[in-house]
This record gives sequence, C-alpha cells and structure tokens, in this order.
Amino acid sequence: MSEAILIWSLLVAQLFLAIAMLLAAFRMFHGPREQDRVLGLDNLYLNATMLLLTLGIRDGSTHYFEAALVIAMLGFVATVALAKILMRGEVIE
Amino acid sequence: MTGEADMPVWAALLTSAFILAGASLALIGSIGLWRLKSFYARVHAPTLGSTLGVGCILIASIIYFSVLKTRPAVHEILIALFVTVTTPVTLLLLVRAALHRDRARGSSEVPGAITFVNGTIRLIDEKEVATGKSGQEEK
Repeated sequence: MSEAILIWSLLVAQLFLAIAMLLAAFRMFHGPREQDRVLGLDNLYLNATMLLLTLGIRDGSTHYFEAALVIAMLGFVATVALAKILMRGEVIE
Repeated sequence: MTGEADMPVWAALLTSAFILAGASLALIGSIGLWRLKSFYARVHAPTLGSTLGVGCILIASIIYFSVLKTRPAVHEILIALFVTVTTPVTLLLLVRAALHRDRARGSSEVPGAITFVNGTIRLIDEKEVATGKSGQEEK
C-alpha cells in the first residue's frame, strides 16, 4: 500500500520536474537576451537539485543528497560569475 | 526501492503530499519563466520553486529518512539553508546587471524607480532618472 503510494507520487513528481527542466532549458536556449539565458541556467540547476533529491528518496540511499548539495553550490557559483560577466565584462579584475 | 513495505501508510501519504506539492511549485515557477513577457517579470517566477518548492521536497526527504531509519535525518537542512541564503544574492546580482545593461542600451523595458515623496509612493519615469530631475525633487 505505502509502496504503491510512494512509487506513483515519485513518478508524477519526477515527470513534473523533468518538464520544468525542459522549460528552463527552452529559456536558456531561446532567451531573447543574455540575462534570460543566465536565469534559465539558474532555474535548471535548481530543478536538477530537486530531481536528485526525489531520486534519493526513490532509491532510499543518502548518496544522492551529496550530489544535490554539490549541484546547488555549482549553480550558485556559476550564476554569480555569469552575472559578474554581464555587469563588468570580466570575472577577475 | 528498499524498505517501503514496512513503512507506515501515514508517513507514505505525508511524504507523497510534500513531494507532489514541491514538484508542482517548481513546475509552476518554470511555466512562469517560459510564459511571462519581460525579463523583469520573468525573474520573479522561478523563486516560487526555489523557496517553497525546495522546502517541500526537503521536508518530504526528512520525513522519509527519519521514518525509514527510525532516527532523525536532518542533514537536508544544509541544502535548505544554502538555497535560502544564495537565491536572493544571485538574483539581486543578476537583476542589477540586467538593469545596468538596459540603461546603458537605452532600452524601453526598464521599469521606473520608486521614491517616497511626502510619505506617498511615487513612480518616477526612467527619463527623469536619466536627466537627474528626481534628485532635485528630493531636496
């Protein structure tokens, strides 16, 4: 009973998150300007973090948690560096 | 899947509800990112997923692993703390860069600034900001 509930809700949630990643990728590739692309990349990183967390719940292992933490940190650094490039034209001055 | 069979039904229902809520919020935020018209409108939508969406999925993860391992598993709070601290910083930097670029280009998409004049909120036109009229009014 509880296994069926979890399997189906995890399937639906992963489908939702995959669609969300597709929409973010659309914004990243088609964004009219550069800041739209950076925003799409940031949202893509966030949705990947959430997808990895649901994968960890599905497998019952805590190894996915560390991957999700690393992806969240990489997303932060990447977005800050890209925003700096948009602002000043270079990262390290 | 390991060990769901001996999991109580109430825990499975609670976990499923939080997971579905978090995934739906992330999807709604991404639909907003896809549909909204200007950049300054689009920048608001994904924050729905990055605050409440991540929070719901992390609560589901905490409930699931706490019930399954019969001891509290709260290291998910690390991700929640990290995302909560970093999202405003990144979006603030990004919007400042976008505003700088749009003003330098003379784009018409730039939203006007807001000031307080005699206790009321007033919207300043972007041309007034450029010519410095609003600075004289504040004096």
